[in-house]
Parts: sequence; C-alpha cells; structure tokens
Amino acid sequence: MINLLLFPVLIPLLFAAILLFFPKNIRMQRTFAAIGAGLALVAVLFLIAKVKTDGIQAVTLGSWDAPFGITMVSDLFSALLVLSATIITLFIIFYSFPTIGAEREQSFYYPAVLFLLTGVNGAFTTGDIFNLFVFFEVLLMSSYMLIVHGGEKPQLRETIKYLLVNVISSALFVSAVAFLYSVTGTLNMADLAVKIPQIEATGILTVIAVMFLMVFGFKAAIFPLYFWLPGAYHAPPTPILALFGALLTKVGVYAIMRTYTLFFTMNTDFTHELLAIIAILTILAGCIGALAYFDVKKIIIYNIIIAVGVILFGVSQLNEAGVDGAIFYLIHDMLIKAALFFLVGIVAVIFGTSNLRQMGGLMKTHPFLGWVYLITAFGLAGIPPLSGFPGKLLIVQGGFEGPHFWGSIVVLATSLLVLLSAIRIFIYAFWGEPVETVPLKKSTYRQMLIPSVLLVAITVFIGVGAELFMPLINGAGEVLLNPSIYIDAVLKE
Amino acid sequence: MRTNDVMLQTATKVVTFIILMFAVHIFFAGHYTPGGGFVGGLLTASAIVLLMLAYDIETVKKIIPFNYVMMTATGLLLALGTASASIFFNVPFFTHAYDYFDLPLWGKTSLHSAALFDLGVYLVVVGVTMTIIQTIGEDE
Repeated sequence: MINLLLFPVLIPLLFAAILLFFPKNIRMQRTFAAIGAGLALVAVLFLIAKVKTDGIQAVTLGSWDAPFGITMVSDLFSALLVLSATIITLFIIFYSFPTIGAEREQSFYYPAVLFLLTGVNGAFTTGDIFNLFVFFEVLLMSSYMLIVHGGEKPQLRETIKYLLVNVISSALFVSAVAFLYSVTGTLNMADLAVKIPQIEATGILTVIAVMFLMVFGFKAAIFPLYFWLPGAYHAPPTPILALFGALLTKVGVYAIMRTYTLFFTMNTDFTHELLAIIAILTILAGCIGALAYFDVKKIIIYNIIIAVGVILFGVSQLNEAGVDGAIFYLIHDMLIKAALFFLVGIVAVIFGTSNLRQMGGLMKTHPFLGWVYLITAFGLAGIPPLSGFPGKLLIVQGGFEGPHFWGSIVVLATSLLVLLSAIRIFIYAFWGEPVETVPLKKSTYRQMLIPSVLLVAITVFIGVGAELFMPLINGAGEVLLNPSIYIDAVLKE
Repeated sequence: MRTNDVMLQTATKVVTFIILMFAVHIFFAGHYTPGGGFVGGLLTASAIVLLMLAYDIETVKKIIPFNYVMMTATGLLLALGTASASIFFNVPFFTHAYDYFDLPLWGKTSLHSAALFDLGVYLVVVGVTMTIIQTIGEDE
C-alpha cells in the first residue's frame, strides 16, 4: 500500500463530497461526518505503525519521479500531527451535535469541517512547498466558510478582516515561493534541502527565509502579526472556535518548524536568532492579552498566542531537547486548546454569556465540570505530571543548552502568568455566590461534557504516560535535526 | 422597467451554442495543448450566464434544471474516483492509464483516463461558478 499516507487526506475529502448530496438530512450528515473522521483516524493509526517500523513514507503523485512530481512525505513528525488533527476533528464533530444548531447543520457545516481536515492533513503531509500553498488554500477556503457560517453580525465584520489578512498573506506566500524558485530552481522540499547549502549567496536566501517566516507567521499568529486573531476567532460559535484554535495556527507553526529545520539553515545566526526573539515577544504579548480580558473566550484565545511563542522558541534552539520539546508541546497544545475551548464553551452556554464578571458559583451546581476544568488548566500551565510539563521542560532545557538562556527564564516565568490567566476563569466562574444560569437540558449538557472529558483524559494520558510517547517524539525530532534522513527517503535513487 | 432586448435575446440564441461548442472543443484540446476541464467549465458557465443576462434566472432554471451543488459533488467524486483508481493497482496516486483504440469514424484514437478526471474538474467548475452567480443574483 504505497498510497497509505494519502488516506488521511483522501477519506475526509471523499466524505465531504458525499455529504454535499443531502444537506438537509441532519441525521445522515452527522453519521457520515463521524464515520469519515473515524475512518481517517484508523488510517492514521495504521500509518503511524508503518512509519514507526519502515521509516519515512514517500510517494510522488502521478508516478513522476521526485523532484519533478509532487511528493507527499509522511515522517513521524507529520504523522503525529495528522493524528492529533484527526482526533480533534472527530471530537469537534461530536461536540457540534448539541451545540452548533440545526440551521447550521443543514447548510453544509459538516462538509466544511471535513474539507478543513483535508487541507490541514494535506499541509502536514506534503513535501512540496508549492503544494503546501495549495493545501493552505484548501484549509483557508473552508475556514472562510466556517468563520462566516451563520452570518451573524460580528461574524460578518470579523470575516472581512480575516479574509483581507489571509488574502494578503497568500499573495506574499506565492511571491516568496516564486523568489525561492528563481534562486534554487526547485520546489521539492527535499531537493531544496540539497540545493540550498550549495548556493553561496546566502544573503538573498536569508531574505527569502524571513519572507517565509512572515507568511507562516500570519497564519501562526506570531508577534506582531497576530493582530487579526483575537477578534476573528471570537466571532464564530464554540465548535468552530475550537477547530480554528486547535488546528489553524498550528499549521503555520508546523510550516515554520519544517522550513526552518529542513532547509533554511544557511544563516542560523540571523534567522534563528530572529525567530527566538520573535517567539519571546509573542509569549509576552500573549500574556498581556490573556490577563487583560474578562471574556473567557478571549483569555483562551490569547493563550493560543502564548503557546505559539513557546513552541517556536523551542524550535529556534535547533538542539535535540528544544526540538523534541517543541514537538511534544505542539501536540499537547493542539489537544489541550480544543479541550479548553470545549469546557469554556459549556461554561459560556450555562451562563448565557462569556463575560467573567457575570459568572459565579458554578462549583455548587456543576462540581464535576469544575474539577475537569481545573485539571485542564493545570495541564495548560504545565504542572507535572500533566501533558504541558514534559514539553515545556524540554523546551526550557533546550534554551539553557542553546544560546538563549534568557528565553528559557521568560518561558518559565510566563508559565505562572498562564496559570494565573486560566485560574482566573476558575475563580470567577466556579467560586463565589451562584449566579442565575440559563436552563440547560440534562442530555445536552451530557452530550457536551462527554467529548470534552474524553479529550481531557487523552491529554492526561499523554502527560502521565509521557515516557511511552517519548520514542515517537524522539523519532520525529531526529528527522527534523538530521535533514539527510528526510532527503534520503524522498530522493531514494 | 423592461427594456427592449430583442437584439440581445436573438444574438444569445446563436452565440450560446457557439460558446458551448467551443467549450467542448477546449475541453478535449486539453492534456497536450492548452485547454482542459477548468477552462471548458468556465466557458460553459459563461454561456449560461449569458442566457441569464438575456432572459432571467427563472427562465434559465426552467431550461437547465440542474442542482449545481449536486453537480459540484458529482464532479468531486468523479475526479477523486479517477485519481483513486491508482490505489487499487498499488501505483502512486494520480497515476493515469491510457491506450490507443481503433474506433469507428474516429479511427485510431488515444483514450486517456485523465479525460475522466478532467470531466470531474469540468463539473466542479461549472457547479461552483453557477452556485456563486445564482446566490449573488437571487439576493436582490
């Protein structure tokens, strides 16, 4: 099965196309969407087993040999990210049943979610920089649809900004790819990794590397390009917010990680120094936002930005601890952000508002929700043995081993601010005198809680069983640190 | 406020068919020369839009009673199915098959599975373009 690595991309596409035939039948929509995501999950599990035993999987589409054909490559790093993305999408589909509303379900909501998964999985899997652009467009198209889906006033307002920012960054992306092609004469990532070290004019390549950092930075929401994110993510309903918060920025982060370890390594003194400084500034900017707002959604949204900074700081160190930590933290962050948005979504539904000042006393009426939220908040801040801890530990270690020990100190100090921002939600929403709540059907509450609890359980498992996953993470990090493994797998002959 | 559009309507009756035939030509010209499903689809859509301009959306809906969303989905499945056939032969995805056949009237003809893929693209392009134009047109 040489095409196995394409299945996580193709299965959601197939099911999305099938779903277009009967938009009004809600039960069929739900069933097929869940089956599609479930089958994709099974395919990824097979894929990871295969990559673990047989090494990197690569296939060039249409039997045109690399570097001429479009290569799709699945190493452990990309396979793990595809796995996290698929798990999250599956849970988001379950979480959408009680929350998204019949009207949205009847207007192509599930096809859009599956098209988004196609784009995300494709972007994680592709080994061709122009094809990466194509998959970015696939996921952006679906995200345009999802962000405006339902057409509420704030959604329409934020969509215009979101569209504008992304259209401009896409235009920049194409120009950056064109520059890269004119200098190197190839777009295949493995071939780029071969050709770039042979080029003596590192000046122009550094400029191109920074252009790519800008392009991916728009998507990943790094400082100072994150300005569009808090508003845009706040507008759509919770399941869509969770989908965006967990997946979209991470695709940008993945693209930076891939390009900055595989081929933009000709002038690390400049490019990776810049990346480290930007990463630290991103953390600080995120912290300010996370502490400034009294809106539960906004607080978690700013925590996305903090996490992006932490991950990129790990990558910028380019040593084993830093890169392994970044991979671990990236996977942890995708899962924990989805879980947090789920829980915060439940809280917002119970109170009928996302304003912290109008909340209180949930501990007396919904104690279980309170404890689950507390565990998730601790996981987010990285309290051992939860899932945020091993990743952050490795990133901090990488910083101390690398040239930026001051960055590690910032990461450590800001962990406390992250904890404070998450605990503030706990204090305001769960402690204090009970406030009048919106009546919520018991079954709806349970339907929302179950996917959230399962997702939290997965993050706890990753944290407690970190030792089990470390071989996978190490394997993923090894490929990032030794581009020759990747190159050999793609350009076999 | 109905303007006198006899000229436009008469011309459209002829021009639409010319555009549609040209779309077919461009569709089959693809692969070795410029053309293919994408351009062919756009040309077809432009022919339908011309009909809409000359008459109105209701009339055109009566002439061409397609659900364009279904058309898009069919096209997607067709394109995906053609490309996925490679999975069953265990060759890299998107690998196409072709051969030469002696057909009556045409003589020696090359039949290529890429044409089926292009037909899928054609349906998607027509479907999406018309969905967009209908949605915008119905808004007023």
